[in-house]
Amino acid sequence: MRRCGFVHLLGSVLLIGFVSSVSCEAALTGHESNHSEHEHGSSLSGIPIVTFKWHHVETPYLVALFILVSFLAKLVIEANHHVTNIIPESALLICFGFILGGIIWGADKVQTFTLTPTVFFFYLLPQVILDAGYSMPNKLFFSNMGAILVYAVIGTCWNAASLGLSLWGCHMGGAMGDLDIGLLQYLLFGSLIAAVDPVAVIAVFEQVHVNEVLFIMVFGESLLNDGVTVVLFNVFDAFVSLGGAKINAVEIIKGIISFFVVAFGGSLVGFVFGLLISLLTRCTKNIQIIEPGFVFVLGYLAYLTAEMLSLSAILSIVFCGMCCQKYINANMDENSVNTVRYAMKVFANGSETIIFVFLGISAIDKTLWVWNTGFILLTLLFVIVYRFIGVFFLTWILNKFRLVPLEVIDQVIMSYGGLRGAVAYGLAMMLDENKIKEKNLMVCTTLIVVYFTVIIQGITMKPLVTWLKVRRAAVSELTLIEKVQNKVFDHMLVAIEDISGQIGHNYMRDKWNYFEEKWMSKVLMKPSARKNRDRLFKVFHQLNLKDAMSYVAEGERRGSLEFIRNDHAYIDFKKKFDDDYYEEVMPDIMADMSDDHGEIRDPVPSVSLEMHEQNMKAVRDSEDVNTHHLLQQHLYRGRKQHRHRYSRSHFDVNKDEGEVQEVFQRTMRSRLESFKSAKMGVAPPKSLSKHPKKEQQQKMSNGKSLDKTRSYYSGDEDFEFSEGDSASGFNPSYNSMPMRVTYRAGAGIENLGFMPDLDSGPSVQLPRWLEDSSSVVPSQRAQVQLPWTPSSLRRLAPLRTSTRSTDSFMMADAPPNAQQIDLPPPPSPPTLLLLKFLV
Amino acid sequence: MRTNYRWISDVSSCCCLCFFSVSPEQIKNLHKRFQQLSDNEETISRENLEKIPALANNPIRKQIIDAFFDKRNQHQNEVGAFQEIGFEQFLMVMSHFRPPTLKTTEEEREAMRKEKLRFLFNMHDTDNDGTITLEEYRKVVEELLSKSGAIGLEAAKAIADAAMLEVASTNVPHMAPDDFYEGITFEHFEQILKGLEMESRMHIRFLDVDTMTMRCGKSKS
Repeated sequence: MRRCGFVHLLGSVLLIGFVSSVSCEAALTGHESNHSEHEHGSSLSGIPIVTFKWHHVETPYLVALFILVSFLAKLVIEANHHVTNIIPESALLICFGFILGGIIWGADKVQTFTLTPTVFFFYLLPQVILDAGYSMPNKLFFSNMGAILVYAVIGTCWNAASLGLSLWGCHMGGAMGDLDIGLLQYLLFGSLIAAVDPVAVIAVFEQVHVNEVLFIMVFGESLLNDGVTVVLFNVFDAFVSLGGAKINAVEIIKGIISFFVVAFGGSLVGFVFGLLISLLTRCTKNIQIIEPGFVFVLGYLAYLTAEMLSLSAILSIVFCGMCCQKYINANMDENSVNTVRYAMKVFANGSETIIFVFLGISAIDKTLWVWNTGFILLTLLFVIVYRFIGVFFLTWILNKFRLVPLEVIDQVIMSYGGLRGAVAYGLAMMLDENKIKEKNLMVCTTLIVVYFTVIIQGITMKPLVTWLKVRRAAVSELTLIEKVQNKVFDHMLVAIEDISGQIGHNYMRDKWNYFEEKWMSKVLMKPSARKNRDRLFKVFHQLNLKDAMSYVAEGERRGSLEFIRNDHAYIDFKKKFDDDYYEEVMPDIMADMSDDHGEIRDPVPSVSLEMHEQNMKAVRDSEDVNTHHLLQQHLYRGRKQHRHRYSRSHFDVNKDEGEVQEVFQRTMRSRLESFKSAKMGVAPPKSLSKHPKKEQQQKMSNGKSLDKTRSYYSGDEDFEFSEGDSASGFNPSYNSMPMRVTYRAGAGIENLGFMPDLDSGPSVQLPRWLEDSSSVVPSQRAQVQLPWTPSSLRRLAPLRTSTRSTDSFMMADAPPNAQQIDLPPPPSPPTLLLLKFLV
Repeated sequence: MRTNYRWISDVSSCCCLCFFSVSPEQIKNLHKRFQQLSDNEETISRENLEKIPALANNPIRKQIIDAFFDKRNQHQNEVGAFQEIGFEQFLMVMSHFRPPTLKTTEEEREAMRKEKLRFLFNMHDTDNDGTITLEEYRKVVEELLSKSGAIGLEAAKAIADAAMLEVASTNVPHMAPDDFYEGITFEHFEQILKGLEMESRMHIRFLDVDTMTMRCGKSKS
């Protein structure tokens, strides 16, 4: 969690940077002269000890304060769940903006903070959209692409045109009194207010959890209609400048062509940048600390490049995020991926908050308000009515082609979810006052439409969804079996299409997947990353990881991790350890060992995290957090002091996670051992328990020098063992040796689960058994839920096909009573359950 | 050729009786495909289907081809496997993949859902004892992962085992020590896949999209 906090901090700092340059414009310029005089005066009277240089820091200070205040507002709002359950956060933030704006107004008598288009489009919007693209469910999006495009292109055009024309009609009819607005200007206004706003949609729909098809429809539309909006806005803006007389067919055709150029060009730019990011992350292994930065910088560059070429910037950054998500997630280090995810959320969420607060503040500006009842109310009415008409008409057409038709309820929600937001406001602010006389009226109307849709529709959305019984999304995580079934299912659909000789969605998707697998992945992905990419495998791995963690937690609960080793040899050793004989020899060796540790352990970076997959949910999982906490507190305290060093290029904070990983590997290895021996049909010999005793005595008498050398190799041998001994079955002496050494090593520092990777230099190598993907140990997730007392083994009896393994289990589980010491017996390891279950 | 078409109309009327609802055009298209696959024979054999080039990359090809020759998917309360299937049987299997329309009523939807799930279930339950045992499930998962390259047989096994345990622990949460989890029954299967909403996705687009819903099948099924 410390990491999270760190990223958060980083995010806020960067955000400040983003906004600072902008708020220069926004910030006040009033008391300049005062301050400079004051400073000047004080400098004359000798060396000042403390000077108050407010003006020096004024702008960044205000920006930072502003951000702080918005975040605090969010904090307060989110703390009251009973309020946010009824009123969506975005609406509350806007209301908070009203209050804040009122305060500023009261203090300054002029609105000093307003959302300028530059601030909005260059510093606040990109990260929200990048996040949307990066976390876009690609499969869902592309399988509904057709419908989304229809809504985004035709729907938006329809909205713009119908709204403009109707308003003009009403104007002609005299409903609005005396206004200096022509037809083209109405159309311009229509085009800026037609587009559904991604920020507002995300904010509201995120809290409602409608089903995924419905969500992707609204969300996809809100993202893609930007291309249309930009073109319509530019075209009509140009028309307004040209004047009605000069518009001819050529200009109109140019406008239509420019639509395609803007939309496809923008997407192409994004695509290129996405590929660029993917390629770059292939070779950032050595600069892991800044590799997440590439994603943000290149994403932002994609946005700016498109803007520079007057293409659709939003489309560009969306496609950039969508293209690269898969490859960067595979290429980058797990920590970097998590950092990207967190930082992306920090940016997006932060600037979303700021946008809404800004929207609220903007309202409190007397110069802005020009009231025209007819214009405002009619706009509001038409916006809603035409949205409904458009959606219903287009859906009616689409349903003729869709395999699964959209139901009426879904259509209602889609229409009702047509929220307008900051994009419309930003565009309205960009209007040129010289060309459009009634700019303030338009801005004011836009604001009212935004407030109405975000606040009123946002509040009523949830009750409406409940009342109409819209299918909700399942919030739960997919289980392993569901993943498997999903995959079976996909393949089946493709096969049926193949057999029936059709070329349908599934066929296309299959072909694309094949192409992607064959070419794109090869170019864009690291070879090592390609291996672990399978989604199924990932879930499986996550489960395993969770097991390992809860396993450790279990150990902590019981006071030690000893049972992790799960070796019968160990029990014996424990007993032996109590003997006086050892107590005498121990101290010297221990001292030696711990010294070695200090030196050797220090340069070792965190264990390779290639296999370490962990999603954010898992991190937040309280249980895991607990484990982390426990580990941090108790496990490695002895060695912690060696690590207090500052380095900009090595991120040591999360060392404990590496240690968890280590414990995980250890668990896995021991599981694998018994698993393998079981598979070979060789039950772990019961004589094993006798061996270590003997050996120990030998070694001990030989003195510590021998022991030390052994300790150097222990890690290596251990790995060798787990990988290479399947032919020889179970080799007790081989196995027990490292165990013993390790135990002693740990004895001094209350860390039983840890074994120094003495052979793993700065570049940690994966143990071979881990690299070999075939030797993955089964998940024991289910077992975690089952008690692993001996009586429980019958529970899985149906899955058992051999009685032999049960015997071995019994034997393993019941250590000779004579050797019991006062410690409670370690829980019988789940591995054995597994073993039996697998045979 | 003329005889062929008359036969089609026979088939289509027959299929109409047994709740298959597609337009004559679709049937014609499917019949063309059928003939193409069977080299203008009356029946299709396994070899015919295995020869389809596009299927070569499908990891669960065997299961799917088996499903075509499975008598359980013919709704005749028969068990076993055909050696060869005629067009009628072919259509019947295909009928599991028809999409619902706006006109489909709730009961029909429910029936379709069950039928589709049953098809999936049968694909796993190879020995037709009403449960998917661990062995059967492992087999499918192994096949499924056999093409992904990176994942070996061991891992596939382990994944199947873990999935099975998951089912066992979710479906029978309070298992007495002596209980015996035989495998996934159809009810469990339904329960597990509830979240996936397979039935609303299990359909493909037949060439002629306008499906005519003929309700005559209801009475028989």
